[in-house]
Amino acid sequence: MWKFLLPFAAFVALAVLFAFGLNPSRDIHALPSPLIGKAAPAFALTDLLDPSRVDSNGDLKGQVYVLNVWATWCVPCRQEHEALLAISQQHVVPIIGLNWKDQRERAKQWLEQLGNPYQAVAFDADGRAAINWGVYGAPETYLVDTHGRVIFKFISPMTQEVWDREFLPRIAIARREGA
Amino acid sequence: MKRESDLAVTRSPAALLPSMAMLLSLAISFGCAEAAESLDANGQLLDVSLQTRFETITKDLRCLVCQNESIADSNADLAMDLRRQVQEMLVAGKSDEAIFDFMTDRYGEFVRFSPPLEPKTLLIWGAPFIMLLLGGVIIFRVARQRSRMPLNDDPATGP
Repeated sequence: MWKFLLPFAAFVALAVLFAFGLNPSRDIHALPSPLIGKAAPAFALTDLLDPSRVDSNGDLKGQVYVLNVWATWCVPCRQEHEALLAISQQHVVPIIGLNWKDQRERAKQWLEQLGNPYQAVAFDADGRAAINWGVYGAPETYLVDTHGRVIFKFISPMTQEVWDREFLPRIAIARREGA
Repeated sequence: MKRESDLAVTRSPAALLPSMAMLLSLAISFGCAEAAESLDANGQLLDVSLQTRFETITKDLRCLVCQNESIADSNADLAMDLRRQVQEMLVAGKSDEAIFDFMTDRYGEFVRFSPPLEPKTLLIWGAPFIMLLLGGVIIFRVARQRSRMPLNDDPATGP
């Protein structure tokens, strides 16, 4: 009895392990954010385009919004820019930019040349706000609900397809719960 | 362990010039200025005990950009930022625990090379002992079975 059961149990255990571990659709570099369900870290940074203004996410309380972390040195950010522009023109939620460890002039130029999908861009030159958000690469896109809680983090270039599949349903739920 | 007398002498050469110090503290943010004054020319903490703790802590924090390196070893931009963060927190008198908590709150448990011992991680810590026990049981059973078998010195009963 044991001679049969033991190898079989081992086989099942390994099969389960591999089903999780070797799943090709799982990105092994994507880390779950410990921020999900918690209050979005507050920031108050100078605005990229108008340094005399302060962008604070406290001003967005009660609103569902998206925070997109980008930089001009980040190649995949260039790749997702078209999609962000298109999404911003659909006017679903405000998209706030967090310009991460960048140079102000370069970042301004980037937006002038490629178009600006952001309602506001906070300029995080020394990366302190990014540390609070647990940013470890760019682009990263966060979704914050009406209670100011982070409800989703997407690591990778944004696409219309990802937006429709991952963001729109969550925005709808967040709005229903917030109303 | 922050002593006032230490701080008085732990100024970088640049900070000795008042105008430079003003510029420095203006250019960099408030918390950063304090840490900058506690560093020597090579960017090491002047307080030796803090520097020792800094080295131990940063060796146990994973650089998330280059996942098999610690932030102590990595030259990635993010690793530098996190090293600065650790330095500032040490200078501000934070405990090792507070610093690790700060990091795991933001980056998750994955940021630590040695996972803490808690119910969730019991399997990780227990696995070597479970394996040892399992191996022991198997060896014991096989050995006992073999010892019960007749020795194959009779060629007629051989395989």
